[in-house]
Amino acid sequence: MLFISIMIIIYRRNKMKKILLVLSSFLLISFNTYADDMRIALVVKGLGIGFFEAAAEGGEEAAKEIGGIEVIYTGPATTTAEAQIEVINSLIAQKVDAIAISANDRDALVPIGKKAMQRGITVISWDSGIGEDGRVMNLDPSNTALIGSSNIKWMKNSMGDEGEFAILSATSQATNQNAWIEEMKKEFAKPEYSKMKWVDTVYGDDLFDKSYQEALGLFKKHPNLKGIIAPTSVGIVAAAKAVEDQGLVGKVFVTGLGLPSEMKAHVKSGAAIQFGIWNPIDLGYSAVYLSHQIASGAFKGQEGECIPTGRMGEICIGAGNSAAMADPFIFDASNIDKFAEIF
Amino acid sequence: MIKKIITSRDFILFAIIVFGVVVVGIANPFFVKPSSLSDVLTDTSILIILALSQMLVILIRAIDLSVASNLALSGMLISLLSTIYPELPVIFFILLSCSIGTFLGVLNGVSIAILKVPFIVTTLGTLSIYRGLIYFVSDGKQVYSSEFSEDFLALIHYKFLSLSFLFWIAVAVFILMYILLNHTRFGRNLYSLGGNPDAAKYIGINENKYIILAYSLSGFFAGLCGYLWVARYSVASTQIAIGFELTVISACVVGGISVMGGVGTVIGCTLGALLIGFIRNALPAVDISQFWQLAISGAIILIAIIINTKTEQRKEKTIMVE
Repeated sequence: MLFISIMIIIYRRNKMKKILLVLSSFLLISFNTYADDMRIALVVKGLGIGFFEAAAEGGEEAAKEIGGIEVIYTGPATTTAEAQIEVINSLIAQKVDAIAISANDRDALVPIGKKAMQRGITVISWDSGIGEDGRVMNLDPSNTALIGSSNIKWMKNSMGDEGEFAILSATSQATNQNAWIEEMKKEFAKPEYSKMKWVDTVYGDDLFDKSYQEALGLFKKHPNLKGIIAPTSVGIVAAAKAVEDQGLVGKVFVTGLGLPSEMKAHVKSGAAIQFGIWNPIDLGYSAVYLSHQIASGAFKGQEGECIPTGRMGEICIGAGNSAAMADPFIFDASNIDKFAEIF
Repeated sequence: MIKKIITSRDFILFAIIVFGVVVVGIANPFFVKPSSLSDVLTDTSILIILALSQMLVILIRAIDLSVASNLALSGMLISLLSTIYPELPVIFFILLSCSIGTFLGVLNGVSIAILKVPFIVTTLGTLSIYRGLIYFVSDGKQVYSSEFSEDFLALIHYKFLSLSFLFWIAVAVFILMYILLNHTRFGRNLYSLGGNPDAAKYIGINENKYIILAYSLSGFFAGLCGYLWVARYSVASTQIAIGFELTVISACVVGGISVMGGVGTVIGCTLGALLIGFIRNALPAVDISQFWQLAISGAIILIAIIINTKTEQRKEKTIMVE
């Protein structure tokens, strides 16, 4: 849209200037193409999300450690697969060396991943995976089953072993959230949760206002609600805020995956007792490190390989060319202050 | 007299809303509890304010697509400032947010009135520019609840007659707009310009002046909502209010503001916003799959418009309404 208005302004000027502009943009592109550094693009679900900002920091750290790497931190403004495809298309045009993606949709990004790999670009997915055909390897932040079961356990620890709870997820196509919810179902089938009732699953699309709205909707639809699991850093803050605004602290408890820095106030208020996450800095660090190891040709990123990943030690690739980084870490009133300083 | 009221657009719209509340109330009695309905009003307040200010622009046959970006940029700027100077009084931040919004609105107005760039191109452009500037000033990071000062957030939770501060602001804006459009020369002239621009120019109304004024006011209220939005959700991110301009414009259209200009009432516009706010809140509260909600809310909006327009034939274009 901005582009259109610029074009119109240019059109109103004389032709010469237009030609100059086009020429200079060509120069710019060719200048970029011949830079020496290996360029690794870190594509996230959406810009402006604290979790990914922290991951980008980790990516920069890895780049500095290895040397000769330029990290391009990018992503769409809206958390959709279509917008991500556009971003990746432009990265392919820039001929980057590697693209590491946290996907908004597992399947929709497969064709564009294939296209990038055909152009000789190393494609990996991290945090939220792409289908197997669309990438070399996938790095899960943690063991999917463990994340799923942990969320249910945290919910039980927060609300007690009796009562209604609901899930507030990200987008309905999000690879990682959907996989965790599947695992939550498995854990929830165990007898110790028999008195808890899973009443609803709603989607806040990783947008704060939408998630907030959905949380309010949950309170209205289920007046006896005692807990919300939000396995997304945006949703968990929105849900906790909604609990506070509605005066439901002590009645409804929020848990899930969130950043200590964003959740600090909500743990203090009592809206959240316990929640968890892995270190996003480590995750961004590992994603860039692995991209470099594979793009440089040192490793193939195939099942059975164990790839040295700097300070994270070795990351071993398992079935489906997928690997897990580390266990989720639990936060509560006792340690939130300390970790809120870090991420 | 009574017949005239009952067949008026505004009354029909009002009836649709009441009917909707009753239907949802039967499906989920919890929804019609006073506390729950007051939540709906709180939630719709920002939409009412923005719809009323958008109405000024639509009346003169234009549109302001940049309101949501304007809101977000003003909100982000004062949020960043409040993290640096938390001791400043909250009224300062509100005034600053309004000023930033007004300035951004003036830029729109000047581009359209003086530089003669079509309004759709200008506001599409500034929609991206203002949104882009948020990334620039915030470095893509968000300001979250613990970073705001307590005063900054406290005001929004103040309640009067058990209705929220946000709602009372919307009431104040409603009264202001009602007087402005019905009882001042400024308001009458806006209707004239939208109804028949050529005639309005012949009788000596300075079109450019009114374009700039309308966009400045639209910007002013977007700035005000910038503070309200950030304080309400106590988070300022690059994503705030993304796509909200379309909700605002649909509220205007549902409320019977003609995009052909010159037609529409303050009451109708407010009811339009209330209907949309009601749908947004009611659908999650009844047991309808979330995947259906978007389509259903679109369908309800369309039906409301059809019922609304069928009941009243469009009048001949008038220079002075009523």
